[in-house]
Amino acid sequence: MVKAVTDNEFEQDVLNSRIPVLVDFWAPWCGPCRAVGPVIEDLGTEYEGRVAVLKMNVDDNPATAGKYNIRSIPTMILFRDGQVVDQIVGAVSKNNLKEIIEQKVLAE
Amino acid sequence: MKRFEAAVIGAGPAGIVAALYLARFGVKTALLEKSAPGGLLLQTFEVENYPGFPKGVKGYELADLLSEHLQSYANLSLVIGGVTELRREGKSLMLKVDGELLEAECVIICSGVGYRKLGLPGEDRLLGKGLSHCAMCDGHFFRGQKVGVVGGGNSALEESLHLSKMVSELHLIHRRDAFRAAPLYVDRIKSAGNVVMEYNSVVTALHGDDGLEGITLKRLTTGEEEFLPVRGLFVFIGFEPVVPFLPEEIGRDDRGFIITDAEMRASIPGVFAAGDIRSKLCRQIVTAAGDGATAAHAANSYLEQGHAH
Repeated sequence: MVKAVTDNEFEQDVLNSRIPVLVDFWAPWCGPCRAVGPVIEDLGTEYEGRVAVLKMNVDDNPATAGKYNIRSIPTMILFRDGQVVDQIVGAVSKNNLKEIIEQKVLAE
Repeated sequence: MKRFEAAVIGAGPAGIVAALYLARFGVKTALLEKSAPGGLLLQTFEVENYPGFPKGVKGYELADLLSEHLQSYANLSLVIGGVTELRREGKSLMLKVDGELLEAECVIICSGVGYRKLGLPGEDRLLGKGLSHCAMCDGHFFRGQKVGVVGGGNSALEESLHLSKMVSELHLIHRRDAFRAAPLYVDRIKSAGNVVMEYNSVVTALHGDDGLEGITLKRLTTGEEEFLPVRGLFVFIGFEPVVPFLPEEIGRDDRGFIITDAEMRASIPGVFAAGDIRSKLCRQIVTAAGDGATAAHAANSYLEQGHAH
């Protein structure tokens, strides 16, 4: 199971992470988010130890969504060393997400 | 290379029903979907006109139920990937799916429609950063704020009703002086209280770099322009067909929709089309489902009769 991160844990789990982090910003009432959910779970398993995959419920954690100016969900943000590397808006396929992860944070 | 008897492109209601019927006929079928099953249902808040749900059903709940229906068929594979090419090669149809070739004896195209864009500079950059086609997904971020909605059809008014319950003020922008939406929606929107009607008006510019900060509205009767400070703009001005992979020789109408006969046969042997992508009068979930069933029957006959189109 992908960990659900909260506003309070965001700094520790995301910004201070030693490995890159993908955060899926979602909410239970968002149809396209529900479609992305299983993809996020799969990525969490596939990249275990290399990329931390987390999800954040924007209903319960409005502060972080506000900080990153999120105005649409699903939004997925890829972080490295506390910095935003890429921001993906809308439901995309698992292959698209894998390509972005491989190119932006794993290709070195 | 993967080989199937039938390939269905797009897992919205038309594609899901087509795949379900093919699976029940015993046809080895691939259902190809670029993101996740459900199609536009995933962006629809409430479905009030699908039979069997007298109290209405959330779009994503119906999508879940439809895809659950596919799960018990061993001869049906859901393939997640985007189709970029479709061509006939001898007796087979070849598809390129995320760069890999897939072969099928027949294809049912159910790729549906996408939201039409305004055609303004900055639109792609601001999509998801204030510009939206999904009130259900994004309305939450504009709670207590002022937003705009563009359009005058059922989608625009239905989504406006949903949005008006959470925003402080909603400007409903329509290029004509009357809505073409069903009277039921027009009556509801007029009694909403916080909806400002911007008749005879169009959006001529989007402002903002990292996010939408406002729009320019042009009054068609006077030609005057004014700035409207909104951080959210929801656009529902119709749909256009999703067809980037289609071969040029397939027959389409002047708006780009695929022309079929009553049995959903397109102009290329072995190729069928169903749902919103098809040239037709009525684009509803129930008609998509009907198209899907008909196309599956026709495709099954095509396979049984040795590819007689």
